[in-house]
Amino acid sequence: MSERHHVTGLAVYLAVFLALMVFTAVTVWASFVHLGPFNDLVAMAIAFTKATLVVLFFMQVRHASRMAKITVVAGFLWLAILFGITLTDYFSRGFLG
Amino acid sequence: MSTAEPDARTQPVASKLRPWGLAHHFESLSQQQDASYFGMWIFLVQEIMFFGGLFTAYIVYRTANPTAFALGSDSLDLTLGAVNTAVLIGSSLTMALAVWAAQTGRRRTIVVFIILTILLGGVFLGIKTVEYGHKWHEHHVPGPSFHWDGPEARGVQMFFNLYFAMTGLHALHMVVGMAILAAVAVWAWRGAFTPGNHNLVEGLGLYWHFVDIVWIFLFPLLYLLGRHAG
Repeated sequence: MSERHHVTGLAVYLAVFLALMVFTAVTVWASFVHLGPFNDLVAMAIAFTKATLVVLFFMQVRHASRMAKITVVAGFLWLAILFGITLTDYFSRGFLG
Repeated sequence: MSTAEPDARTQPVASKLRPWGLAHHFESLSQQQDASYFGMWIFLVQEIMFFGGLFTAYIVYRTANPTAFALGSDSLDLTLGAVNTAVLIGSSLTMALAVWAAQTGRRRTIVVFIILTILLGGVFLGIKTVEYGHKWHEHHVPGPSFHWDGPEARGVQMFFNLYFAMTGLHALHMVVGMAILAAVAVWAWRGAFTPGNHNLVEGLGLYWHFVDIVWIFLFPLLYLLGRHAG
């Protein structure tokens, strides 16, 4: 049995569920506070935190094999490359005048 | 003829040694489960890139039309969106508990939690249908009958193009997931899964949680971005 076949306890699932609900309430509340450009930053930081909780605990990646972990990270890394290269194009078009 | 000794011609020796549910091309149930988990993640990485294209379009068009996107976002029903977020997170919990039940060999519990997951998915899609209905009556659905009382109508229509494309693709994933969940519930009821062999439940769980993650990003990007601008 590899480490991945470890069974996560019910208390952990309930704690993660409650954390996700609290973060949802916080992100709705924060959207009504005037923070200028930081509103987006706060909303995305909370969304990333929630997604990380789901990936690590609900999807059990924290107990996954090293190969599975690399696959997960690679997926999000390629997504960042997609965003990054596309945006460098769109944001730099004005530079040419 | 006595049935105590299996007939060697019809009962290969290996069948007595190999655990139930282990496919012939795997060494052990543990290796089979690792391969299934890894394979499901490869599929999900493809899904990340699939939705990633829409998120990229969202960033590009929102950067070009920030005011229009805030106006469009402001016209969505925040209460329904927030309730749906809670409903979907709840369905992720019941899905995680269905996988837990499979890992610990609780046959009836798997079925109960899968049915709860399907029901919560149904509540989500029901609320989504009500929201789509509102947008239909307000003429906010992009196309020839689109109508916007206010500035930046073109940009707002682009917001609604992305709103319907992203939430529609997300809803389609839920419909597919719920159909497969229903089939897996039947197999679970018949006792198809054991603690060492429940890859279908686990893989479906990964899929359901992925769909939840997509919504975790869609909710702030579509419903919350215009709140502070009003």
